[in-house]
Amino acid sequence: MITLSQVHKAFGKNRVLRGVDLTVPTGESMVIIGGSGTGKSVLLKCILGLVQPDSGTIALDGEDVGTAARDAFLARFGMLFQGGALFDSLPVWQNVAFRLLRGSLKRPKGEAREIAIEKLRRVGLKPEVADLFPAELSGGMQKRVGLARAIAAEPEIIFFDEPTTGLDPIMAGVINELIREIVTEMGATAMAITHDMSSVRAIADRVAMLHDGVIQWTGPIAEMDETSDPYVQQFIHGRAEGPIAAVR
Amino acid sequence: MILLAPLGALGRLVLTGLATLGRMAIFGAETLSHLFRPPFYPKEFLAALMQIGWFSLPVVGMTALFTGGALALQIYAGGARFSAEAVVPSIVAIGMVRELGPVLGGLMVAARVASSIAAEIGTMKVTEQIDALTTLSTHPMKYLTVPRVLAATLAVPVLVAVGDSIGIFGGYLVGVNRLGFNPATYLKNTREFLELWDIVSGLWKGAAFGFIVALMGCYFGMNSARGAQGVGRATKSAVVAASVLILATNYLMTELFFSA
Repeated sequence: MITLSQVHKAFGKNRVLRGVDLTVPTGESMVIIGGSGTGKSVLLKCILGLVQPDSGTIALDGEDVGTAARDAFLARFGMLFQGGALFDSLPVWQNVAFRLLRGSLKRPKGEAREIAIEKLRRVGLKPEVADLFPAELSGGMQKRVGLARAIAAEPEIIFFDEPTTGLDPIMAGVINELIREIVTEMGATAMAITHDMSSVRAIADRVAMLHDGVIQWTGPIAEMDETSDPYVQQFIHGRAEGPIAAVR
Repeated sequence: MILLAPLGALGRLVLTGLATLGRMAIFGAETLSHLFRPPFYPKEFLAALMQIGWFSLPVVGMTALFTGGALALQIYAGGARFSAEAVVPSIVAIGMVRELGPVLGGLMVAARVASSIAAEIGTMKVTEQIDALTTLSTHPMKYLTVPRVLAATLAVPVLVAVGDSIGIFGGYLVGVNRLGFNPATYLKNTREFLELWDIVSGLWKGAAFGFIVALMGCYFGMNSARGAQGVGRATKSAVVAASVLILATNYLMTELFFSA
């Protein structure tokens, strides 16, 4: 279980997170929604330790992530980045098997390659893709490779940062379905951030809305459409008028 | 008050410069602290060695060749004013190995390598590849900075040694073919006046310049701002900082090695 309590983060005078309280139960898929620039990515990066929060606590299964052994902590996570964040200098299979080729999870090269090809197959890519370089792939294929890399070491927790940004609706649907299937079959805890409502409906067990640096509303996906929260209603229906200013 | 405004601006500039120098020093110290602690990445080190050492050979060699030739012409013309044309071989050799070989080699490597490292790491930063490395339990400094800094520190002295030889050969070509020196006498004078310390001091300078070049490339790449403009600025800053630091370090090392 991931627990955030009164997490604050400011960049200069810009107070991005102003006291975030959130619980992500083990095995559940939490999707955080909110407009662009509301701090969704910063929140994910705070949990991973890529950004240090100014105050507040973040705990994984009751242990403060700031004091946890870093390598063991990160070994429990997989992450799909918004732009894929694939390493240009490495072929696809070495991107997927990056964690399996070095560090505490190191395997023999042949075995790592086999696992990479199996993960590529799992995300719908042919084995021939394994020896291509990221620059030779389309945006949708890069997302799939990123997803294969995120799941390669069978993590307990998977983060998805804007998984469908930049994809056409059909490819976005494919990625959403893949994420849902993989999270279910792995039994992983998932946390995704997006402003794509089709992703929310496909991926989420629970939804949290981040606005003005705090969680404005959180609840099961089934209750999202019925909630009277004006922020959620404005956001999910894409209305220009409401409590969320159109110009931020 | 209006007269104090420029002073205030100057003060802020100095403070910003000092803060940047401090951050560079901390980055350098952090790099050194990772140098001897595992994990090590030998493949990345060898790739960096090829990029920095082998692929810089043509540019360093060409620079040294033309510099050696020009130096021979200048010393001959200058020496003719007081009938000292005969010093051409020794001055070319000493000038190349003590100063021009390491400094020009360092500057050419700075232009070629610091820019490419800063652009590569800067692009990795803005496309979240550095964050991805961290989430994959890989320390970006160990994986990206340490192999490049180590490779440059070892490769640039070798480049300097090759550049010195080519530069002296450039002087020899001009001396023999253009200025009418006897080949055997030219080589004899070169050998006689050159001391081992002249060569070794130049190689130490090369090691220091290699360290500076890779460190500046990595520092500005890692601290690159977002977007194409951010990467462009990081690349430019890396080359400028590396070049200025090479010249300043060269002066300090010359003071240290040769001051009476």
